Amino acid sequence: MEIKIPEVGESVREALLAKWFKKNGDYVKRDEPLCEIETDKITLDLNADAAGVLTISVLEGTTVAVGATIGIVEESEVIAEVSTATSMKIMAERHEEPASSPSLRREMRENNISPDEVTGSGSGGRITLDDLFARIEEKSKMPPQSRPAVAKEHVSVAPSQQNESIVTVQQSKPALSDLKAMPEPAGQISVRTEESPSYSSARDERRPMSPLRKRIAERLVTARQQTAMLTTFNEADLSHVKKLRSDYHDHFLQRHGIALGYMPFFVKACVEALKDFPIVNASIDADDIVYHKYYDIGVAIGGEKGLVVPVLRNADQLKLYEIDISIATFSEKIKANHLAISDLEGGTFTISNGGVYGSMLSTPILNPPQSAVLGMHAIQDRPVARDGQVVIRPMMYLALSYDHRVIDGREAVGFLKKVKEYIEDPEELLLEG
Amino acid sequence: MSEPNTYDLIIIGAGPGGYVAAIRASKLGMKVALVDKRVTSGGVCLNEGCIPSKALLDSSELFVMARDKFSLHGIVVNPPSLDLSAMMLRKEDVVKKLTDGIAYLLKKNEIERIHGSAVLKGLNAAGLHQVEVIHSFSQPTSSGQQSLLDSVPQSTLMLTAPKIILAAGSEASSLPGISFDGQVVVSAREALAFDQVPEHLIVVGGGFIGLELGSVWRRLGAQVTVMEMLPQILPNMDRQVADMLYRTLRKQGIQFKLGTRITGVRRIGSKAIVLFNSGGGSEEVDCDKVLVAVGRRPLTAGLGLEELGVEFDEKGRVVVDDNYKSSVSGVYAIGDMIPGPMLAHKASEEGVVCVERIAGMTSEVEYEFIPGVVYTWPEASGVGASEEQLKTAGIPYRSGRFNFAALGRARCMDETDGFVKILAHQETDRILGVHIVGPRASDLISEAATVMSFGGTARDIAMICHAHPTLPEAIREAALDVHKESLHT
Repeated sequence: MEIKIPEVGESVREALLAKWFKKNGDYVKRDEPLCEIETDKITLDLNADAAGVLTISVLEGTTVAVGATIGIVEESEVIAEVSTATSMKIMAERHEEPASSPSLRREMRENNISPDEVTGSGSGGRITLDDLFARIEEKSKMPPQSRPAVAKEHVSVAPSQQNESIVTVQQSKPALSDLKAMPEPAGQISVRTEESPSYSSARDERRPMSPLRKRIAERLVTARQQTAMLTTFNEADLSHVKKLRSDYHDHFLQRHGIALGYMPFFVKACVEALKDFPIVNASIDADDIVYHKYYDIGVAIGGEKGLVVPVLRNADQLKLYEIDISIATFSEKIKANHLAISDLEGGTFTISNGGVYGSMLSTPILNPPQSAVLGMHAIQDRPVARDGQVVIRPMMYLALSYDHRVIDGREAVGFLKKVKEYIEDPEELLLEG
Repeated sequence: MSEPNTYDLIIIGAGPGGYVAAIRASKLGMKVALVDKRVTSGGVCLNEGCIPSKALLDSSELFVMARDKFSLHGIVVNPPSLDLSAMMLRKEDVVKKLTDGIAYLLKKNEIERIHGSAVLKGLNAAGLHQVEVIHSFSQPTSSGQQSLLDSVPQSTLMLTAPKIILAAGSEASSLPGISFDGQVVVSAREALAFDQVPEHLIVVGGGFIGLELGSVWRRLGAQVTVMEMLPQILPNMDRQVADMLYRTLRKQGIQFKLGTRITGVRRIGSKAIVLFNSGGGSEEVDCDKVLVAVGRRPLTAGLGLEELGVEFDEKGRVVVDDNYKSSVSGVYAIGDMIPGPMLAHKASEEGVVCVERIAGMTSEVEYEFIPGVVYTWPEASGVGASEEQLKTAGIPYRSGRFNFAALGRARCMDETDGFVKILAHQETDRILGVHIVGPRASDLISEAATVMSFGGTARDIAMICHAHPTLPEAIREAALDVHKESLHT
């Protein structure tokens, strides 16, 4: 049974093999996750279609074409020749130990000394026989409680002349005679002097970037470097939206099984504003500007492995509750790692809600080839001037980052003002849509 | 006090795991019984595996040299002809000398060698493990071939000991639905003793057993086709080594059908038709021998282990702890019966360590330094991690490589195919893996295993003076190349 990179979406021709959960030669069960693949938008688990022995032909970290074979699950009872899992583990441990030799390692085991407590005097910290003997000597002078007592099954075989031997099995602690030979504990003063300084590694911890994180990083830098990004700000009074939500909360919940959120209002407001400013919904393709006559709105959702942006198709045709349900469905899919690439493709505009994390003001970053992205923020009760009076209103700062190559300041500011107006006066939205 | 059939240790299986364990145990002062179904000791390795196959590999290589290579050296001979029965006799003689050698060692160490099949019968009243041996009185055969007890008079014998080591080894797996018939569809055992060179030998399985025996018969004139289910041969070897070997073996005329599944074998008299599918629908091919070498499975049946409550893993291997102790107190297992590569030298190591641990020593098998060898020509060998494993494990490394084509001695020998590759840790320079394909790769790997056991670095090897002109110079050059300081490239 060949393991192939599945078709995940129309524009996706290649995927990154991010991680193998199984090792070459492992026996895998049917439906067990084998590996994780990533495209620039999504991570996806591939499961075994059959039980058998796994042979990996493409290593993790490799970018492969859709449809390519990355390994095989051999459906037979044939036993794999070598399982490398354990030996690799030992290998990784061993190369961190100071260099020694097979017989030295046995001496160390015999004397219950771990390699890192011996100071190697050889080149590169190599432990020599003299180093070990010095350590054994030193250890024999240590107070007994600092010697780890090993209780192990100890079998001693005593040969005798008549080829008769007595095998005795005993639970042995350090022998009594050993204890007697040791000096009395000298207070609590430790004799260990060669202990390595402990502060060296604790201050930094180095971890390799996950492939998805690397990809996110690349894309963000690209967005920065290859667009002329600029951000404009405004603020919206959410009194109306808030009232609508609370007034119709129970009713909405009853009819649609979901609590009405803020996001659907913003999606609707953006769609209407995009209709007024088609350039904000456009994108650059080489020397052309492509105006999109449809409104596929990406909604940024924070996932465990990074931010993903599933797309609401034809958002102009969706009812508020449909938008709400779609977003809830996306969130569940993200949690279950079931999001399809098709869910992420081809948005024309993105809304990012930093408010869920409590952000007051931020500049969202573009999601190329889109030309603009709206940033929502936390709703705060703030004093504002209304009809010459200072009143307290639930306010939200709005940010629109846009690609200045396509969108002029006038259009960007106009668009954002439109969004503000629709949000502050949602009745108009409802009449429109 | 000791009863005649009471021992300190009973070892079941006299292969490279069992007999070595027996000698070590005896030297440690234990009274040892060594039970094996076979009259001769040495197990599959010596009787029908490593040793006879290497005897034939050496013979057939000489034949190829005389036929194809002498003229290149200016030696003019008539095309050599093959006396297969003489070649087989020599092989049997090699086996006999070595099995005799083991018999002598066992005797010298006062090990009780008992011929028969063993069944564990649980503890007796005194708390000792009982082993029932159904044994026969047949005389050792001179051929060294296996002589299972069948119709000879039998009797049973009860042995007791506080400790048992299971070292019964493994047997060749058959293909599902295609059983061995001993004539046409055969395992490696029969393929070491064909009475004539097959016209067309189909080898099922691209592992080392299949490639080695395929090489033997290819050199002696057979058409050889290796069919492998996976898209590559030697899946556990370093990929560059396996690929190089694949190309070289193809040059030698061995045909490969990779990604091929055998769907059936139809016997027609002394020949057969093999049905297979390479992905393009069902095909068939005529042949006169089918060697099935798709792996081996542990021989755990019939020893009374289930009844005793010995635990097995999902592949039928005995589950053991660090002391090689099974789930049943006093019962130990080593070699092919437990997880790990099925190699004779691994079994021997485990045998020694198991016995030493029973004797209270703190021995340990250093699995990461166990070399593996494929005895084709050129040979392939490796120790430590493959490049693929390092990548998978995310260990940063540097790679150094040297081709035999640039090596004086290899030129003299006219054996220029292959290379040495050294993988060293990027920061510590500690050698993590060495992979060789080329002349005498089997002998060359020892230096690598030694240096690795000593925690050596690529620079260590580079700073050790190697005699000139020799093959091991390739290892030094590869070590220099790790830091791109190679002198001869």
